[in-house]
Amino acid sequence: MDDRRLEIFIGNLLRTGVLIAGGVVTVGALFFLAHNYSARADFHTFAMESSSLRSMQSIARSAAHLDSMGLIQFGLLLLIATPIARVALAVVGFAMERDRLYVAISSIVLAVLLFSLLHAT
Amino acid sequence: MTILTFTIVVWAISALAGFLGALTGLGGGVIVVPALTLAMGVDLKYAIGASLVSVIATSSGAAAAYVREGYSNVRIGMFLEIATTIGAVIGAGLATHISTPIIAIIFGLVLLQSAWQSVFNTSGEHPYSLECDKWGARLRLGGDYPLNGNRQKYGVCNVPAGLSMMFGAGALSGLLGIGSGAVKVIAMDRTMRIPFKVSSTTSNFMIGVTAAASAAVYLSRGYIDPRVAMPVMLGVLAGAFLGTKVLVHAPVRTLRLVFAVVILLLAIEMIFSGATGRV
Repeated sequence: MDDRRLEIFIGNLLRTGVLIAGGVVTVGALFFLAHNYSARADFHTFAMESSSLRSMQSIARSAAHLDSMGLIQFGLLLLIATPIARVALAVVGFAMERDRLYVAISSIVLAVLLFSLLHAT
Repeated sequence: MTILTFTIVVWAISALAGFLGALTGLGGGVIVVPALTLAMGVDLKYAIGASLVSVIATSSGAAAAYVREGYSNVRIGMFLEIATTIGAVIGAGLATHISTPIIAIIFGLVLLQSAWQSVFNTSGEHPYSLECDKWGARLRLGGDYPLNGNRQKYGVCNVPAGLSMMFGAGALSGLLGIGSGAVKVIAMDRTMRIPFKVSSTTSNFMIGVTAAASAAVYLSRGYIDPRVAMPVMLGVLAGAFLGTKVLVHAPVRTLRLVFAVVILLLAIEMIFSGATGRV
């Protein structure tokens, strides 16, 4: 498989990922608005987000309970995962081309992304 | 203001930003962040977190279309990502330690630069040299792209300088929640002498990966609030989708001028708000 065919495959996969993430966020948004539409919106000062919306495990847990904010946050997490999946697939693609240099380069990028995701959350 | 009104207004602002951002190629973040902060009174860091998410949405959503055109270069993108992702993690880390007014002023200055670039950007085609840097050759960064029915080969110059500019672009992206595509295009087009179309499409692929590196940091610090990020993401995505559909017929020159005036005004307002501590 050459660079271009692999890229088109990955590109389509990414767009699917974005559509799924957008769908999950939309469902969460409808639940959220149905319950909170008349509440007061105040985002003027930063208040620490409740811890259930800040780590991967707890976001997944509250989304599984169909909590509306948890669903939105889960959709956003899926979206953040799309570029990471893209880099991971590039590592595989370069390995299939037996391009050691670029397996190494894309692995470094993947490592930075995973470090940021796992170290932070 | 009720949540319903807030959601609708933020969605509309984001859709407009995504639309203009797609048409001009500068991305929606440079409008969304100041508009949310100045017009809607949203805390700057919430706005940055929401914008980062929308940057990823537009980058990943458009990737397939750009690849099909045959311009983007995955090797250049991946190699430069080493610098942008590390820069982004550092930028996002700094954002939590730098006070909001200072970030607002830095944002304003970056906006001024974008306004300048969007008016005076005369990115002409420059002569290509196939080999002008031992790094470009060693890393096999060169490639070819469609030109007049043929595939034109190109080489890559000034790799170390381009790489350091990318580090800066990543840090700005993490600090301000923008794609900083403008800086990435300058680094590739002007400094590394990569053909403009290759630079701009490769930049689109890079901004999503860069934003993902800092989005994780914002998420864990609680700066990605679902109530703010939801209308921003859905709005920017809808606007950008519409923008790419009408791209072919758009009077790009006029649009860039309109865009420049809008961000110039936002720049002045951001710097003023930062200096007077109103953000």
